[in-house]
Amino acid sequence: MSVLTLEVKEIIEDAPNLKTYVFEHGLRAKPGQFVMVWMPGVDEVPMSIGWQSDTQFHLSIALAGDCTKAIHEQIKVGDKLGMRGPYGNPFTHEGYKNIVLVGGGCGMPPMLSLAQSATKAGVKTTVLLGGRTKDHLLFEKKFKDLGCEIHAATDDGSKGHKGFVTDVLEKELEKGGVDCVYTCGPEMMMVKVAQLAQDYNTPSQVSLERYMKCGFGICGQCCIDGTGLRVCKDGPVFPGEVALKHQEFGKYKRDSAGVKIGLDGCRL
Amino acid sequence: MNVSVDFCGIKFPNPTVVASGYLGVTGASLASCAKNGAGGVTAKTIFMDERPGHPNPTVVAFPGGLINAVGLCGEGIKNAKHEFEIYRDSAPDNPIIGSIGGKNLKELVEVAEIMDTYPVDMIELNFSCPNVDDEMGRPIACDPLMTAEATKAIRKVVKKPISVKLSPNVPDIGMIAKHAEMEGADAITAVNTMGPGMLIDPKLRRPILANKVGGVSGQALKPIAVRCVYDVYSAVQIPIIATGGVVNGNAALEMILAGGSLLGIGSAIMSNDMQCFTMIVDKIREYMEEEGFTDISELVGLAHEN
Repeated sequence: MSVLTLEVKEIIEDAPNLKTYVFEHGLRAKPGQFVMVWMPGVDEVPMSIGWQSDTQFHLSIALAGDCTKAIHEQIKVGDKLGMRGPYGNPFTHEGYKNIVLVGGGCGMPPMLSLAQSATKAGVKTTVLLGGRTKDHLLFEKKFKDLGCEIHAATDDGSKGHKGFVTDVLEKELEKGGVDCVYTCGPEMMMVKVAQLAQDYNTPSQVSLERYMKCGFGICGQCCIDGTGLRVCKDGPVFPGEVALKHQEFGKYKRDSAGVKIGLDGCRL
Repeated sequence: MNVSVDFCGIKFPNPTVVASGYLGVTGASLASCAKNGAGGVTAKTIFMDERPGHPNPTVVAFPGGLINAVGLCGEGIKNAKHEFEIYRDSAPDNPIIGSIGGKNLKELVEVAEIMDTYPVDMIELNFSCPNVDDEMGRPIACDPLMTAEATKAIRKVVKKPISVKLSPNVPDIGMIAKHAEMEGADAITAVNTMGPGMLIDPKLRRPILANKVGGVSGQALKPIAVRCVYDVYSAVQIPIIATGGVVNGNAALEMILAGGSLLGIGSAIMSNDMQCFTMIVDKIREYMEEEGFTDISELVGLAHEN
């Protein structure tokens, strides 16, 4: 089948500008993988897979552009969306006993999928949740129910540490005993996470986001400068030390024409 | 055993060449193909100006291959110069073919003149994209006289070897190849995608591609492409880059026996990822050893003798 077309069974407003769409389908994706979500008549964009069970999966879609705006405004319970995938190189936790997950804002959904997989395998999982305010901290209850230890950081101090989530990460790394750090969220945060992990001689895995067309490694639209690796196929999850070698990591990305643009989407 | 190919005076370490449109947006991406075993690469077709292409979905797999309507997106020839320089520096031994397009003949000639000054070994003239008819009309390669006129105009301004990329969607591809050859083409790339085709999603009850229709490649295209290469080989003396459904070593052998000197590789990347280049070359070597050939050039066009 070229496209999996699924009905939206439920819509949960998880945070300002972020809605979770529930589909009744056992996708059995690995944590960190993504689907290309097709909003008919508008566009198709890569979206990380969030919460999963044997019969359900969640896509938490943040308002980020024309396609996600159309999904937020037009898609109601009972409407259908097309999907291709799951695609991509996943997060892995084999052999680890104690891991730390660092997520900011809309980077949380794949962290949730990873926490499900890790806790099921008996890995001690600490989640560092970052967000602008306490209303932007995602999936706290779900992480708690999985048995994760949670530390929050907010920009305004409305919950947990006032400041960057990476400050909290540094404290965790100082304590020692962390086997691997995982991160997904704003790219500048991920650069900091990868650098901190490297400073503490700890492996890390980061999940990158780039404009994509095919999603399975042939069109070249999401290739990263330096190595030429494909975000859709060799990534989206890369070892932190590989991501740090990419000359564009934390600096720029490309638009649909292949023109270099800033991480904020503006022309350089 | 020799699998390197001398093509229009350019030395390719093996016959696999990344086909235009695949992994061809950046120099780093193409260099990564060369590092993984591609003999050479073809960059994505580039126009004078920046083009955003069609909205997604633009590339969709189906059980017989791929359908795409990317819509010739690109950053424009002037901005793309550094990508060719990056490739040249990272893969000096693997030739690169620059593919050019134009909304009309005037633009094509202008883009060709600029490409001729770039660090590319050869220029491919994309006369055959089937996904932009609404914008540009029928592809040049669907008409023998238009093919001749465009080849002639570009030949006049370009010093580097040129290969004309033909469409399979014509009644007599050999005749069109002949017109390109008569006006100075150094090689033929046969073929571009076929169709256009369409996929429909039954539940959404609409075509899947945003452009509704797109070019078909992969397995579904292979028997058509083999016949096209066979016909072109019969019609012209210039060498052929055989492209279309070269998904594995057997398909590669068919294309060489039909008359291809080089092999354009695209959809194979979908099935065997970056290992596809070495897999195809290994299969050719194995065949040559079993069948008693010492140089790959001995195989080209052999199917015409029987």
